[in-house]
Amino acid sequence: MLAFIIRRVGQSILVLLVVGVVAFSMFNFVGDPIDNMLGQERTAEDIARLREQLGLDRNFFVQYFRFLQEAIQGNFGVSYRQGRPVTQILLERAPATLELAAVSSILAIVFGIALGVFTAIRRDGVLAHVIMSASLIGVSLPTFLIGILLIYVFSVELGWLPSFGRGDVVDLGGWKTGFLTASGLKALILPSITLGLYQMTLIMRLVRSEMLEVLRQDYIRFARARGLKDRTVNFHHALKNTMVPVITVIGLQLGAIIAFAIITETVFQWPGVGLLFINAIQFVDIPVMAAYLMLISVMFVGINLLVDILYFFIDPRLRADRTGGH
Amino acid sequence: MSKTVLSIRDFCVEIPTRHGIVRPVDGVSYDIHEGEILGVVGESGAGKSMAGNAVIDLLSPPAHVASGEIWLNGQRIDQLKGEAMRKLRGKEIGMVFQDPLTSLNPLLRIGDQLVETMQTHLNLSDSQARKRAVAALEEVGIPGAAERVNSYPHEFSGGMRQRVVIALALCAEPSLIIADEPTTALDVSVQAQIIALLKRLCRERGTAVMLITHDMGVIAEATDRVAVMYAGRLAELGPVEQVLTRPQHPYTHGLMASTPLASAGKDRLHQIPGAMPRLDAVPDGCAFHPRCPRATEVCRRPPPPKVENGLAACWHPLVEEEKVL
Repeated sequence: MLAFIIRRVGQSILVLLVVGVVAFSMFNFVGDPIDNMLGQERTAEDIARLREQLGLDRNFFVQYFRFLQEAIQGNFGVSYRQGRPVTQILLERAPATLELAAVSSILAIVFGIALGVFTAIRRDGVLAHVIMSASLIGVSLPTFLIGILLIYVFSVELGWLPSFGRGDVVDLGGWKTGFLTASGLKALILPSITLGLYQMTLIMRLVRSEMLEVLRQDYIRFARARGLKDRTVNFHHALKNTMVPVITVIGLQLGAIIAFAIITETVFQWPGVGLLFINAIQFVDIPVMAAYLMLISVMFVGINLLVDILYFFIDPRLRADRTGGH
Repeated sequence: MSKTVLSIRDFCVEIPTRHGIVRPVDGVSYDIHEGEILGVVGESGAGKSMAGNAVIDLLSPPAHVASGEIWLNGQRIDQLKGEAMRKLRGKEIGMVFQDPLTSLNPLLRIGDQLVETMQTHLNLSDSQARKRAVAALEEVGIPGAAERVNSYPHEFSGGMRQRVVIALALCAEPSLIIADEPTTALDVSVQAQIIALLKRLCRERGTAVMLITHDMGVIAEATDRVAVMYAGRLAELGPVEQVLTRPQHPYTHGLMASTPLASAGKDRLHQIPGAMPRLDAVPDGCAFHPRCPRATEVCRRPPPPKVENGLAACWHPLVEEEKVL
């Protein structure tokens, strides 16, 4: 198992390096930050000086190498727009996004699995059919539209929930949390539903189809033939087998939730890293963009690593080389 | 005669289809006694598995029991629903499926599967159940049972897994075992071991066994009596040596003649002409008459006599003098 983890960590690092190259080289084509940083009355000298100051006059590989060197130490340079270290800006913004993503993920996973199991077990029930039909809305409506619709209903028409921002936050040693205030919690509701709805319906439909597949298996019939209670058969025998493929997708979807937060954060003006990234693109703020992409890929890779390790605990067949099979 | 464990009377299973109702099991009656192994034999689609699944109420919808009665130890069980039937499964009726590779939950230790099954039916503490799990594995001949109880199914070979399946089916000490093609998916050498194991356990415990198979070798090896099924109906029922060596029904006769074991020494195996009818096109009268060398006008119209008192369901049974085997 240790060898497996080390191998997977090695692969993860390789992936991050590749993402780094792609992200970094892409920024050579998105525009010249110098244009934005200097005003209308710039001289050729100003441009050359700033270019040298930022290291943009060096060749690509030197720039990339320096970027890597600094990135490993957690230093992504200084934002061209705000003139502050990117790492600091990201750390200020990260709690908002992580809290939003965490709540959305929990919503998506809990309701997705519960509804998926329900619709699989009661596959012919009226309620199951209603849920399945309703889930098509979640799968097919774009995120921004769901957000706008929710704002229209719950903020504009009913006036129950705020339409933008995080509400009041409490500072816990640098981590600004919205979990501890009523307005913070209220502000979380609409964005987290918006962000989690697609993932929830996706997980639900996946759990349902996997579960239906598992319920057809011989070992489920054998479990029933042994007189085990329906609850035991459904939740102990069937659900556990359902989760093996579902966990992979959940892992990927958690990454997607953080990445898709860009849209939700824009709709709700949520002060997280996604909104930061959108603003950075408009300004060609390369250090922020690069740092954001690296952050997202670190999360993606990290979650996938966790998912792979989780497999070990769920599926004994993967542990075969350790226990010595027969 | 020893106690009757299972008694099936005039039993029909129906499946509604777009082209009307088909009857995979049609008016079947037989008994199984304590300690007896009844072989149920027939071609694929003859309804033999369907009858077994119906007894334990595991028919996949829309198949359902349409008429007839099933009695288990003097209790009528075909009308039991939900929870009452569930309590009977595993406790009174154990089931062994065909493929041991897919019958065990791959994610649960076999010990846990045993403990779970026993605790569902018997009032046992965790440590008692665990002890009995080890004993159950020892009984089915798994070496090192005390350690293997913590293994997962994938760590066993096919034959060993079928032993585990049998241990699971027997762990709550049911009075009836329905073994649905228990050796079909196994190597020939392992088949004999599994059959011997089933036989030994049934003799020791007095368990009744319904052994569903299409393998005449298994029938000859293991069973006390044989029920031959054709197109959902019972063709012949009798003691194993009688059915195998002095079959009365022309179908049984054809079946025996086309079995390598029984026709050893012949150059070519016998073939029964034609194929078993589809269930939605079972001919009137005797279902076998279009393929039967002895068929006459009477076979086409009224249904043949029911299997009774050692007589086959046939208007023109083979009698002693005309043995061709």
